[in-house]
Amino acid sequence: MSLATYALTVNGKAHSIKVDSGTPLLWVLREELGLTGTKYGCGVAACGACTVDLGGVPTRSCVVPMSLVGDREVTTIEAMANDAVGRIVQDAWVATDVVQCGYCQSGQIMTAVALLKRLPHPDDRAIEQGMGANLCRCGTYVRIRLAVKAAAQQLQRGRTP
Amino acid sequence: MMDRRTFIGVSAAAAGGALLSLHFGVPVRAQQTAAAARPPDAFVHLRPDGTIVIQINRLEFGQGVHTSLAMILADELDADWSQVRAELTPAAAVYVDPVYQIMVTGASCTTAHEFQPYRELGAKTRAMLIAAAAARWKVAGSACRTSKSVVYGPNNRSARYAELAGDVTRQPVPQTVRLKAPSELTLIGKSTRRLDSRSKCNGSQAFGLDFAVPGLRVAVVARPPVFGGRVKAFDDTIARADAEHLDIFEIPLIKGSGVAVVADRFWTAKQALDRLRVDWDLSAVERADTVDLRRMYRDLAGAPGLVALVRGDATTMDRIGAADRLVAEYDFPYLAHAAMEPLNATIRFDGDGAEAWVPSQSQTLHQAAIAEVLGLKPEQVVFHTLFAGGGFGRRATMDAHLVREAAAIAKRVRGTPIKLVWTREDDIRGGYYRPMCAHRVEIGVGPDGLPRAWRHVVVAQSLYEGTFVAAFEIKNGVDLSVVDGVADTGYNVPNLHVSAHQPKINVPVNDWRSIGNSHGAFVMETLVDELATRAHVDPIVFRRSLLAPDAKKRRRVLDLMDDKSAGWRHALPKGHAAGVAVHECYGTAVACAVDVSLENGRPRIHRATAAIDVGLAVNPLTIESQVQGGFAFGLLQLMPKGAITLKDGEVEQRNFHDYTPAYMRDAPVTVDVHIVPSTEAPTGCGEPPVPVIAPAFTNALFRLTGKRYRSLPLVSL
Repeated sequence: MSLATYALTVNGKAHSIKVDSGTPLLWVLREELGLTGTKYGCGVAACGACTVDLGGVPTRSCVVPMSLVGDREVTTIEAMANDAVGRIVQDAWVATDVVQCGYCQSGQIMTAVALLKRLPHPDDRAIEQGMGANLCRCGTYVRIRLAVKAAAQQLQRGRTP
Repeated sequence: MMDRRTFIGVSAAAAGGALLSLHFGVPVRAQQTAAAARPPDAFVHLRPDGTIVIQINRLEFGQGVHTSLAMILADELDADWSQVRAELTPAAAVYVDPVYQIMVTGASCTTAHEFQPYRELGAKTRAMLIAAAAARWKVAGSACRTSKSVVYGPNNRSARYAELAGDVTRQPVPQTVRLKAPSELTLIGKSTRRLDSRSKCNGSQAFGLDFAVPGLRVAVVARPPVFGGRVKAFDDTIARADAEHLDIFEIPLIKGSGVAVVADRFWTAKQALDRLRVDWDLSAVERADTVDLRRMYRDLAGAPGLVALVRGDATTMDRIGAADRLVAEYDFPYLAHAAMEPLNATIRFDGDGAEAWVPSQSQTLHQAAIAEVLGLKPEQVVFHTLFAGGGFGRRATMDAHLVREAAAIAKRVRGTPIKLVWTREDDIRGGYYRPMCAHRVEIGVGPDGLPRAWRHVVVAQSLYEGTFVAAFEIKNGVDLSVVDGVADTGYNVPNLHVSAHQPKINVPVNDWRSIGNSHGAFVMETLVDELATRAHVDPIVFRRSLLAPDAKKRRRVLDLMDDKSAGWRHALPKGHAAGVAVHECYGTAVACAVDVSLENGRPRIHRATAAIDVGLAVNPLTIESQVQGGFAFGLLQLMPKGAITLKDGEVEQRNFHDYTPAYMRDAPVTVDVHIVPSTEAPTGCGEPPVPVIAPAFTNALFRLTGKRYRSLPLVSL
């Protein structure tokens, strides 16, 4: 174990964190910063429950050690209500009544926001490619598709004067 | 109104008592007795700000009862729904299930058992609010009416419920109360969005794993590589070399033992765990091996076992020639639940008491188990129910192994709250699976193509032997879960013989969403489909002719599914095929039709049409979600990596890369759900959708490949 101090910006707020350099970002968020909206599901980047935005890229935080975060900013589900696309996606999720147990949904929403920022009008195939690596054991996939489409439409309306 | 903490000290009912069948029927009388004993103020809290908090005596783990029980109560209460919140109750006698007499979330029973009691609780509270207002205004209660959390009286008087909260406590609880007529209902039957939706979309919903209290430490456990193995010795030199403040000690497991590592953080504990060297004593444990088990199960299935059901003349089969017989052998693997939130339990032991925070499906049993480990009485353990990230039966283990482990650790670090976390690897490898099983079925086909004789042997471990439900779940030695979906078939097979072998295997097994129906329905629905093909009859028409006249719900859903799917089923693109299935369990029937094609050698499901009969539909939106989700869950059975296997006693899978449930691409793009209009007593919908999807899928696949699939998962086509 090698303790080191890291400067970490999460949701726009700067932190100084002293942890073992191998500690995954996920556990820093959850246990050092109390940001428990980011979930532990598998620890091996296989389920997507821990997805965060790392320097603009949707990233599985369970496999990113602190030593590799560098100066990239981290954005988590807790900040999505203040993100233009994030808020629309959350609203679409609520309107579509997507969630069941809800445990994977932080990761689903973070992934959907990233998808819509990259591709504002995804079709079914693109949604499947964008969202296809996020596991939901409750099986909310049908409603996730609907919510992503609803959010895309809302974004479209927002752009049209 | 009375704070719910008042009730925490109330003794939890001991297990057993008036427990009735987990499987069949809902004795209405039992519900009514319990409902009368429930004080409304334990279930409804009127806050000064107008918020009405409804107490939910269950686990919320996706199935939506947090919202639907609140709807039921709020409707009769005439509460303003926009002000209604819901909370999960702690373990307490007042919150036990009216039928089982313990707190439990399972067997899809919540709505079935609680519909009437929650209505009465709402109606009684409303009556007390009216009485309080009438007393204040010195008018007759009959002159008052209610709407959206307000009591209205003569001369334009009105009072908000919140204003009356203090007066209500002085009103007697009415013994009887009039419930609304169907036409008066405002919430029940209306599609209503979940109360917990926003919190689950913005990261604020706390699950068990998110729970924290000051001074909390985290525990992980090194577990034996073979179930029941025991620690011979362990060396923690390397584990301790790098980290401070570690507690490392041996703890007993249900069978055998393990080594607990306690640290201030999960990652620290996990790192130490990975560096721990444990020498295991595996000398006394049986090493289960899937290859051997499959052979053994197949052999066992070759001869009748304990008789579960005999209908008609069992010797009819002997008079049917070989050409008219169909023999089918099936095998199914162990399946892990793999809920998204790994198992966890937080406990603090204070010597003369304890407090526990657990996402539990079985609060009463788990509270009692913690007490037993800690040498306390159940009422000395304050047991909080936390939201769970799925469960599917995994959080209802009868032996309460999870909380026993956590309690054993808490006992060693007295005064310190500890959160036991199972890693995903622990979860996949940790047992308590849907049992592995084999079916052998011999069918004698009559000249009309319908089965004249049916001999069915099931081989699977008993789920309930040695548990407190054995008296109700085991009949003449046969565990009803083994023959789920078979012995209670709705098909009118005249000469039916069902028997079971229940080998004892060193692999812990457990309820798994829909329990034995997950394999029983697969066998029945694929064989009936095969018989239809053999008779050159449409599979829906064939089922209709074979269903017993009293299989009313199954008939209704079959008809509705037929009607709603006929359009697309008869206009499928080239290379696509439809498959259907129908099944009833927990009093709810589900039928589905699926559209399947082959893409790059793998089957692809495009759409599903479902019909469901749950009696009166309390929240159609939840029912729709449960069907859609249940289908994705049930598809795990067909996934190439949807199996837990053992080699020389060790589980071969580790994580989602080698135990892989359905992801989005594996699930249908659309699932349209149609609910049979009904005013019958409501039944549950958490489990019933699960069993039909896999047989419907393989029935469609048969039409593409010409093959029948009797060995799951679908490793190759």
